[in-house]
Amino acid sequence: MESASIPARPSRARGEVVREFISRFGLIAILLILPVAYGIQDLQDDGDLSRLATNIKDGLSNGAIWALIAVGYTLVYGIIELINFAHGDLFMLGSFVAYSLMGTIGLTVATGGIGLFLGLLLILLIAMVACGSLNTMIERVAYRPLRSAPKLAPLITAVGFSFILQNVGLLWLGGSHRGVPDLIESQERFTTIFGVPLTHGDLLAVVVTVPLFFVLLNYINFSRIGRAMRATAQDPQAARLMGINVDTTIAFTFLLGGLMAGAAGLIYALYQTDVWFFAGFTAGLIAFTSAVMGGIGNLKGAILGGLIIGIIQQISDNRIGTEWTPAIVFGYLVLILVFRPQGLLGEQTREAG
Amino acid sequence: MSTLATRARTFKPPTRIGKVSTNLILTIAVIVIAAVLPFFYDSGSGFMNDATVALIYVVMALGLNIVVGFAGLLDLGYVAFFAIGAYTMGWFGSGFFSTADIHIGVSEQLSNLPGIHINWLLILPIAAIFSAFMGALLGFPTLRLRGDYIAIVTLAFGEIIGRIAVNSDEGVFGIGTFNLTNGRSGITPVDKIDIPLVDRFTTLNLRPWYWTALALALVILFINFRLRDSRIGRAWVAVREDEVAAISMGIPTVRVKLLAYAMGAAMGGMAGTFLGSFYNTVNADQFEFSFSIFVLAMIILGGLGSIWGVVLGAIVLSFINTNLIPDVLNGVPGKLGLDFDLTELGFGIFGFLLVIMMVLRPQGLIPERRHMVEFEEGIGGGDVETVVETRG
Repeated sequence: MESASIPARPSRARGEVVREFISRFGLIAILLILPVAYGIQDLQDDGDLSRLATNIKDGLSNGAIWALIAVGYTLVYGIIELINFAHGDLFMLGSFVAYSLMGTIGLTVATGGIGLFLGLLLILLIAMVACGSLNTMIERVAYRPLRSAPKLAPLITAVGFSFILQNVGLLWLGGSHRGVPDLIESQERFTTIFGVPLTHGDLLAVVVTVPLFFVLLNYINFSRIGRAMRATAQDPQAARLMGINVDTTIAFTFLLGGLMAGAAGLIYALYQTDVWFFAGFTAGLIAFTSAVMGGIGNLKGAILGGLIIGIIQQISDNRIGTEWTPAIVFGYLVLILVFRPQGLLGEQTREAG
Repeated sequence: MSTLATRARTFKPPTRIGKVSTNLILTIAVIVIAAVLPFFYDSGSGFMNDATVALIYVVMALGLNIVVGFAGLLDLGYVAFFAIGAYTMGWFGSGFFSTADIHIGVSEQLSNLPGIHINWLLILPIAAIFSAFMGALLGFPTLRLRGDYIAIVTLAFGEIIGRIAVNSDEGVFGIGTFNLTNGRSGITPVDKIDIPLVDRFTTLNLRPWYWTALALALVILFINFRLRDSRIGRAWVAVREDEVAAISMGIPTVRVKLLAYAMGAAMGGMAGTFLGSFYNTVNADQFEFSFSIFVLAMIILGGLGSIWGVVLGAIVLSFINTNLIPDVLNGVPGKLGLDFDLTELGFGIFGFLLVIMMVLRPQGLIPERRHMVEFEEGIGGGDVETVVETRG
């Protein structure tokens, strides 16, 4: 059932060529529709592109959050081919941890520079560790016992855990939105480039995500356990024959994904200044869309996809209306899966066939 | 020729005849008990309400079971068809489009009201056809995909339909100003079901509702049994078990899969029309992702692909939802000195149930025979899943 591929194709007919062309460039064309259309509109209305550029800049900052979550999806999918539905809610709990710790540590808007920096660093570390260990625990309880079961089984436990985490959040902070103190004055601008205001929030997104991605990519490419992860993703049996402890490697993958989700939680809390128990569900879907867009299983693809989805989302928020954004993002998800299931950078997966 | 026939008759093991007849007796007994049940309860009681809802959930679960259980296409957007059915009821059976003035087969009282009022018996096939069409349409993009990807696409469709329901009180996607769904305020009141020669359907007299739901459930149940044993049913199972083998055996997988989506959607749509009328409102808050999971939990609890299992799972979960959690268990946290509303945690409890069920008894309460074999042997021998199994 798994290893099956489409039966051998006949020699390339004309339809095949057209289809290949659509598959290669269709997605890029679809992605360009929104920015190009609104860019032309801006040029006609304002005479410059600063509004579109601001949208794109905001989109990149927002997209950094989706990218951090998407990495968690893509790592897990790459290694055990499971869509970890609970991952979005894990991120939500990360934002809750960050929110609660701000109160515990006593960070307020009045806290000075050094204190704020150290406090946030501490919160970042704790949120990351909390989410990482929680994710590892979920793997142990809900996915590991089902390794030999049909594929549907772990997917369903993942959905189950998604609901459990949501309800943990509901019990923890209640059903209403909680306002996070605007510690970094995230909307305050510190400089303007080409008419695009850069805010503290953007700075935060860059300062946290760029080093994290740098470390993560290098770690997975060059460290011993990173090599083990890639080996397990390719062929678990061969990996085990080579002396790799497959279970530990998988658990470690979940740990890494959880760490990133925790970091995303803190940035989200500071950037959006709002946490909500249900935010994880939508965030998870958006992040998953990013992972699929980049090519699921492909780390760089997840990051790229997150940034692109961030831009689409921002443009849609700003131009079409916030209430339609999820529908538009999901519409993109469907289009991607139809035209190019392997994503922008991804390789052919068995699932996408 | 005659000897062959005699031989065939003698070869039939007598135990099997016995088994078939006990099954038949059991089935008839269950139906009779279900049919006379209302006489033991007050016609407007909470139990009648819960039982009616449970029967409609049976219809939905049976529909989803065709897609997920028979054809193996994990559909996480089933709520979309509930929504489509319910809105069909709302559009054609209420005063929502007050400028229109269409009345077909409705009582005198209704025919004086503005809006479109069509008898439920006519809306039912309309909704079934419309849902089936939408089911095939939404299923179309998933044809090339497998497994998890199907789950994600269907989930995305469910969400898109949900968003359209919430936001289409003034134009769709911000285009135009047409009020299609009335958003969270919803379409209300919706016409009561009206069947000739049957008692009037009111909120105080739930017996006709119950019997109508029972009749619908029985018809759908019968269709399910016939489908399962039919050529299409066997094709579904073949596609589920091994798509490539199915293709090479000459099964038209595209048509077979689309049929599964359409059939499942039609049943969801029919159930939707009933609930729209029964709840007397069609509003966007009813169509959330958690509802898809609720129905999915029913068929998993009962046993994927097993018709009786699905019926049992739907009834059990429906009663847990409408009766056990809000009425029986709700006092428990207060007694334990905890301060929360258990009804809010309904889906947390379902989540817990899903995990426990999958880990302890992944085959469900009444497993399908074919699935049972799989679970014992483990599928995909020599494949990734089996390989990773060993514990460090």
